[in-house]
Amino acid sequence: MTQKTKLVPVTREPALLPERDADKSPVLECIDLGITFGGLKAVDSFNITIGRTEIAGLIGPNGAGKTTIFNLLTKVYQPTHGTILLNGRDIHGLNTAQINRAGIARTFQNIRLFQNLSVEENITTAMDTQMHYNMAEGILRLPRFWREERVVHERAMELLSIFHMEEFADAKAGSLPYGAQRRLEILRALATNPCLLLLDEPAAGMNPSETAELMENIRSIRDTFKIAVLLIEHDMNLVMNICEGIAVLNFGRIIAKGSPDDIQNNPEVIEAYLGKKKEA
Amino acid sequence: MAKLTTKFKSLKKTTKVDFATYLGVIAVFIVVTVLQNGGMLNRKTLGLLVPICCYMSMAVSLNLTVGILGELSLGHAGFMSVGAFSGVIVSQSLLTAVPNAPVRLAIAMVVGAIFAAIVGLLVGTPVLRLQGDYLAIVTLAFGEIIADLINCLLVGYDASGLHILFNVSGTKTIDDLGLDATGYAIIKGAQGATGTKTIAGLTAGFILVMVTLIIVLNLTRSRAGRAIMAIRDNPIAAQSVGLNLTKYKLMAFVTSAALAGAAGALYGLNYSSLQSVKFNFNTSILVLVFVVLGGLGNIWGSLLSAAALTILPEALRQFADYRMLVYAIVLIFVMLATNNPQFKAFFAKLLPRRHSAEEKEV
Repeated sequence: MTQKTKLVPVTREPALLPERDADKSPVLECIDLGITFGGLKAVDSFNITIGRTEIAGLIGPNGAGKTTIFNLLTKVYQPTHGTILLNGRDIHGLNTAQINRAGIARTFQNIRLFQNLSVEENITTAMDTQMHYNMAEGILRLPRFWREERVVHERAMELLSIFHMEEFADAKAGSLPYGAQRRLEILRALATNPCLLLLDEPAAGMNPSETAELMENIRSIRDTFKIAVLLIEHDMNLVMNICEGIAVLNFGRIIAKGSPDDIQNNPEVIEAYLGKKKEA
Repeated sequence: MAKLTTKFKSLKKTTKVDFATYLGVIAVFIVVTVLQNGGMLNRKTLGLLVPICCYMSMAVSLNLTVGILGELSLGHAGFMSVGAFSGVIVSQSLLTAVPNAPVRLAIAMVVGAIFAAIVGLLVGTPVLRLQGDYLAIVTLAFGEIIADLINCLLVGYDASGLHILFNVSGTKTIDDLGLDATGYAIIKGAQGATGTKTIAGLTAGFILVMVTLIIVLNLTRSRAGRAIMAIRDNPIAAQSVGLNLTKYKLMAFVTSAALAGAAGALYGLNYSSLQSVKFNFNTSILVLVFVVLGGLGNIWGSLLSAAALTILPEALRQFADYRMLVYAIVLIFVMLATNNPQFKAFFAKLLPRRHSAEEKEV
């Protein structure tokens, strides 16, 4: 059911056209999703549809419930009501690990790398569910061990080349500079072969030139792997530039949905961010 | 030759360390065997050889749970106990069936490992589904329970096979087993295993240490080891990349228990009489001290500290009154020297050249 395809080296193909998603079924659909903590409705009637190769943005003021939605999608929290359809299939009853195998990968707002493993090992660990040799084969170093380890090594190097990080392959993940750690987290998520990538504030702590580079990277990742991306971000420049669809969240509810232009001119969004204009 | 050296240089640092560990163990084994055959070791030292091998194996296997999996286990001696007594029972039952001692020893160690693994699975399955310090609490209790259970055990062997009785009421004796004329007792309740034919030797100990090393090191450098260390470093992230936490935690814990069982079987067959109190909480803590002193996750460190801390109390026997005092001071000193930055700086001043080389490596 959740069995994934065998290890395939990454292949690069030309980008798809912008109006590509219209006739295909969406990768993710949330229907009336919600969660309450005690009496607090942290997220309420959250509806969203994400196209197969769409880059979507989730924005909103601090505490609006953005990360909570990521935690609902990955089953860190169990939703109190509503349905999540991934590729048209209800993912109710799956746990966090199974969600990942079903095709959702994520990064974290506060970086969560495997600090004491090397950069390469961080990525190869994420490919574990695509490897088949068992414990005995690993201990006895049978042919399948060498074969699969070689494939994951090559694939890890290929992934690292996206961010030009090959030279850090043997460095400890915890010793990387902040920006590189964020990028490594994205690569680790990609290594699990997702169809939907959730990025939680990927540009946090990056300077404008790094952010610009990251935007290009996110686009090229989408084009290369033909996956959908849903990102939470406070950097409006990034969001307005790369997202095709944006949902604005305030107090756990969606207050606006639409293209970057719609959102920028939506009075409710302006109010949520800047407050109400005083009556003259 | 030059080709070989360049190839060696291109190897990963961990591979080099593993290689050096194997070579070190083999070298020490050869030296000790030569000394032994030359009659240059006294009886006291000879008696220590097998226990040292057992403790080395215990320390390395506990390091898999504590250092690599990152879960605290306070009942490692309990698994050793399971292995020891099941190994003794197997060996004593096969006295006539398998007269060849090394083969019998191998069978006993494998059976000891299997029994310890089963017990490890029973203990680990419920506990490792939880996150937190629960494993420490449960293994602590397990160590005490297993000692009490073995105290109740009456086992004998005769022509009709194995007789096992649980002396829960405390009123039964070995006579209640109903052994026939050819029968003999193997485990006599609180007296433990008595009259065991000792078949353990240094070679078996060496093989045990090597097998333990190969299993633990190769497991650590395979996909399972990466997953286990990933779970230690960040369980939430490990789950988010699709790892089954319980499966990998159990894999590490059960492997660790099985290796302790094999070590226990060797240990049990090194003494003609053995009581279950030998494997109490103090022994568990002793093995934990080996691991902590050698460095969490540091395999050769475990080997070294297990050997040193088994020899040290014996070597200090002549200062009987001050023995434990000196032992404690040595322990504290070693921990300070390896972990305290001021001490490290002090040693660096004494050895300036080595220090600069280390700096470069970092």
